[in-house]
Amino acid sequence: MGDSALSFVLCLFFILLIPFSMAGVALINAGLGRSRSAAHALTASLCVVASAGLIYYVCGFRLQGYPQQLGHFGGIEQQVTRWPGLFLQGVDYGVPLLAALLGIFSVGLCSIIPLGAASDRFRLSASCLSTVLLAAVTYPLFARWALNGFLAHLAAKPAIGRSYLDDGGSGTIQAVGGLTALALAWLLGPRRGKYSSGGVPAAIPAHNGVFVLFGSFLAWVGWTGLNAAGAMLSNAVAPERSLLVVMNTSLAAMAGGLAAAAVTRIRFRRPDASLIANGWMAGLVSSSAGCASLKPATAILTGFVAGALLVICVEWFEVGIKVDDPCGSISVHAVAGLWGVVAVGVFTSGAQLMAQIVGVTTLLGFVLPLTYTLNWTLARVVAYRVSSDGERQGLDLYELGADAYPDFVVHADEFTPR
Amino acid sequence: MKLGGFLLLLSGWGIVLAALELLHGGAVAPFILAGFATEWVGLAVVARTHSGRSEDNH
Repeated sequence: MGDSALSFVLCLFFILLIPFSMAGVALINAGLGRSRSAAHALTASLCVVASAGLIYYVCGFRLQGYPQQLGHFGGIEQQVTRWPGLFLQGVDYGVPLLAALLGIFSVGLCSIIPLGAASDRFRLSASCLSTVLLAAVTYPLFARWALNGFLAHLAAKPAIGRSYLDDGGSGTIQAVGGLTALALAWLLGPRRGKYSSGGVPAAIPAHNGVFVLFGSFLAWVGWTGLNAAGAMLSNAVAPERSLLVVMNTSLAAMAGGLAAAAVTRIRFRRPDASLIANGWMAGLVSSSAGCASLKPATAILTGFVAGALLVICVEWFEVGIKVDDPCGSISVHAVAGLWGVVAVGVFTSGAQLMAQIVGVTTLLGFVLPLTYTLNWTLARVVAYRVSSDGERQGLDLYELGADAYPDFVVHADEFTPR
Repeated sequence: MKLGGFLLLLSGWGIVLAALELLHGGAVAPFILAGFATEWVGLAVVARTHSGRSEDNH
């Protein structure tokens, strides 16, 4: 088997691992939400992945286009003669189709992220329509700039000299999804009963810690595939170097989980299971941008900072600026994603840091206003939030007509108006 | 107020893009950092406007 064929098979294998990351994030979102909305959380995850994948197939990949480095995949120059058309027209079988498949899976993962922040109050139909905007406009536009647009060509500017680097998608996938989560949390407002009239937040604990922790393990498998496939397809990383990617990804996750455990132990006197799981996820998220360029020691440091930052940010969002994010999606994906992008520059060179900051300014200064405006406009047309009756009853019964746990009376007072 | 915050976010990005297109050499980095700082101010304004709304929605 030649080098090119080996790269192809290995890259396909890594891409096929990515759905595990979606399953992991979906399980975490379901577990951290309320028991009366558990089936809705997982159903919404499936529906948004489907919406995102289909709309990306129709027009998203047309807008995004191929990565700049695709031409050197596997050491052999690939012939990409035409810009992809609508419905993937003009996309040749082989490596170009592999890039499209990676895009479909990546946008699927990106689309699940906002559900965590909108948990327990976001209508199913609205979540699918919001995802259409994400997968058709926001995600492909930033991905285009990062992979083959002005961010990818920053090296041509003598004052910068380096291109924006984001192999696994800390910015492209995670921060875009996380900033959309922030926009949705702002637009939807907090869950009913989350804040008292004085603004004091009430604790609404996770309904299934096992889902959350098992989801973290699943996500680990998926992230190794996501980072390795992203590095091979967008940065022409050689197959043998993908081992470094897997190593960096794993070490960053481990450091993130332990950092969250240590900080929660110091801060709350005992380790917190859901924050440790989220710290693990923050480590994974932060590892993506520099997965092929950081050394293992700096990947550990990146993950450790992400895990520690997560605990502080979750509390700051909830108490400090009153953002109700039930699953910590903003802290895990937006904050850790942005940190991952910056960390590549911090641990490599000053010129690279400047290129990474240009990427972060694009995410904050363009992607956040864009996703907020798109969702604000859609919310004028479609009802985003369920009624207070629906929220009290739980989204399972209200929207799906069936509970996730029909054999158990989990909370006797669920149907009693409070 | 909210609109002002989002305009600050966009302005910060505009400063960065303008610096990349119009300036050369050592002048670029300070303007990129200035754009970045402008965005943080915008983010703080937007967060503050939404924070007040959360307290009303209990």
